Amino acid sequence: MEIGLIHYLVVASALFTLGIFGIFLNRRNVIIILMSVELMLLAVNINFVAFSSFLGDLTGQVFAMFVLTVAAAEAAIGLAILVVYFRNRGTIAVEDINLMRG
Amino acid sequence: MATAIVFLPLIAAIIVGLFGRTLGDRPSQLITTGAVLISALLSVLVFKDVALDHHTSTITLLKWIDTGPLSVDWAIRLDTLTAVMLLVVNGVSSMVHVYSIGYMSHDHSKPRFMAYLSLFTFAMLMLVTADNLVQMFFGWEGVGVASYLLIGFWYDRPTANAAAIKAFVVNRVGDFGFSLGIFATFFMFGTLQFDQVFAAAPGAVGKTFEFLGYQVDALTCTSILLFIGAMGKSAQLGLHTWLPDAMEGPTPVSALIHAATMVTAGVFMLCRLSPMLEYSQTALNVVVVIGGTTAIFAASVGMAQNDIKRVIAYSTCSQLGYMFFAAGVSAYPAAMFHLATHASFKALLFLGAGSVIHAMSGEQDMRKMGGLWKLIPVTYVLMWIGNLALAGIPPFAGYFSKDAILEAAYAAGTPVGYYAYWLGIAAAFLTSFYSWRLLFMTFHGKSRADHHTLEHVHESPMVMVVPLVVLALGAVFAGWIGVNYFIGEDMGEFWGKSILMLPDHQGLAHREEIPALMSYMALIVGVAGIALAWVFYVAVPSLPGTFTKAAKTLYEACLNKWYFDEIYDFLIIKPSMRLGWGLWKGGDGMIIDGLGPDGVAAVTRGLSRRASRLQTGYVYHYAFAMLIGVLCLVSWYLLSQR
Repeated sequence: MEIGLIHYLVVASALFTLGIFGIFLNRRNVIIILMSVELMLLAVNINFVAFSSFLGDLTGQVFAMFVLTVAAAEAAIGLAILVVYFRNRGTIAVEDINLMRG
Repeated sequence: MATAIVFLPLIAAIIVGLFGRTLGDRPSQLITTGAVLISALLSVLVFKDVALDHHTSTITLLKWIDTGPLSVDWAIRLDTLTAVMLLVVNGVSSMVHVYSIGYMSHDHSKPRFMAYLSLFTFAMLMLVTADNLVQMFFGWEGVGVASYLLIGFWYDRPTANAAAIKAFVVNRVGDFGFSLGIFATFFMFGTLQFDQVFAAAPGAVGKTFEFLGYQVDALTCTSILLFIGAMGKSAQLGLHTWLPDAMEGPTPVSALIHAATMVTAGVFMLCRLSPMLEYSQTALNVVVVIGGTTAIFAASVGMAQNDIKRVIAYSTCSQLGYMFFAAGVSAYPAAMFHLATHASFKALLFLGAGSVIHAMSGEQDMRKMGGLWKLIPVTYVLMWIGNLALAGIPPFAGYFSKDAILEAAYAAGTPVGYYAYWLGIAAAFLTSFYSWRLLFMTFHGKSRADHHTLEHVHESPMVMVVPLVVLALGAVFAGWIGVNYFIGEDMGEFWGKSILMLPDHQGLAHREEIPALMSYMALIVGVAGIALAWVFYVAVPSLPGTFTKAAKTLYEACLNKWYFDEIYDFLIIKPSMRLGWGLWKGGDGMIIDGLGPDGVAAVTRGLSRRASRLQTGYVYHYAFAMLIGVLCLVSWYLLSQR
């Protein structure tokens, strides 16, 4: 069986869905949310690369590199915020983070 | 010169009203009193020029309103009627100004008082010099405002405030009639200028206009509406309730406004409008009936009052009734004559009463007076003069004018004329009775005041006595000086065109032809009234008590002013309070506020509470919302592609 575009897309959507459920079903740790976001970004990256290879267009792969860069930066900032948040509030449990409640 | 007469008091009022505090008491008094005294002197000159030398004129000051068919000027109309009023108003006003310097010597805000007095004088002068109905209405309202301010002058007294409001509100009823009358006049004649209206009046006889499907006689309707205005200002039966309450104001105010000038504005108006009124017999009959009834009604109430000022107030009301029925039987000159003489003797009586009150340290109840004649002899003598004039005893002023009115009413020969005559005679009897009741209770007998007050009783200072003497001279001499000009042989020439009497309304001219008994009747009952008062209050002092017990109902009705206030309270005030309360709570509070501002606010609050509940603060909820959003966007995009 040859591995085609469809397979990549299926993997990517599986990863994406995992990411989403990681965000929603997780009640404990904000770091897990960050990881899930990372996972979703990676799923998108797989899509980019798959389409790039399928269409023979390099733009998609270049875009994937950018996404990785931005994701790294985002992860760094997110973790930094978490550190500060933990210092201030003493917890990073998702359920306790609801200061924005109306 | 006429312009100066009108505007000097205004200038004085503005200066003293605005800068009275900086000027101080004495300069304020000098400025206002000086201005009005100059006005009074000029009025004498104008009177000679206009009334005696017949130089009538109209001075147009400036255009006021000029819109389409309506054109109104500020103007000063100088004819005999105006000249007489100028003399009366400025004469009494200047005397009251002088008197006030003494009377208000213990008051804290003298400049304010003097400024109000001058302002009133200005408004009254505007009224009497008006050349059109609108300017007259301006003066009319101006005196109303000044009257309100002066009645409520002692604003720390709740009763004074209530009386001021009452005076204003009751007058509003009359003024509503007046303004409707002005509208009707404009509707009928297309102008408000007196000359043009009077020129068109004969042609309007029998014309009608439609109102609510009824054909109304235009001239009668207009005249009656204007007369309602006069009733309000002149405290005629039905709209009289404010006048006795207005006695809450300082006594000089009562003398100037509520005896001599403002309340006679209604009489002046009827005389001014005589060229129009003459053509409506119905309106004239209404005037006679109201006037005659007021005369007897007010006199009957005056008998039972114990407050010295209220007795005189009801007396004023009653005398105004005389003037009205005089106007109603077309004896306008007699009405004006009585207006002039009444102004001097009633101002004298009021200021005399003020002098008594001043001497008694503010006591107004006659039951707590008595035996004062030895202590304040000058006031006593002056009060005698005032009362003799009021009762119509010759040769005092009231004799000439009141007799002329009664004779003219009898000579008119109409049923309403006789009605007014007999009521007038009865009122004359009551008048002299209550006048001497006042005199005897105040000055004779044993003193009923406590010794503390009695120790302080003193004759008033010169500044108060001199005006009294001047007015007393008027009360003594005004009658026989004026009789020839006002109602005698020179009548037609004296009044010129300012008053119109139709040829078949000649009661005044034929008054000499009535039976002698009818002619002397007023004098006879006047003396009888004095005698009765003497019996009641000097000879047999126990008689009043016996009498009031015997005729308890009658006495109580008189004492309680025939329950007018109570009836009005029940019929008008209570229902309108309830209506107002209902509209406030139900209409305004529940409907307008409930659906309007409060309703919108409540809906917004509810919506925002629900919206804020969406904000849980949990990160994954926001993420979920975002996701849903993305999902919707994508599916919409995809589906719309197809």
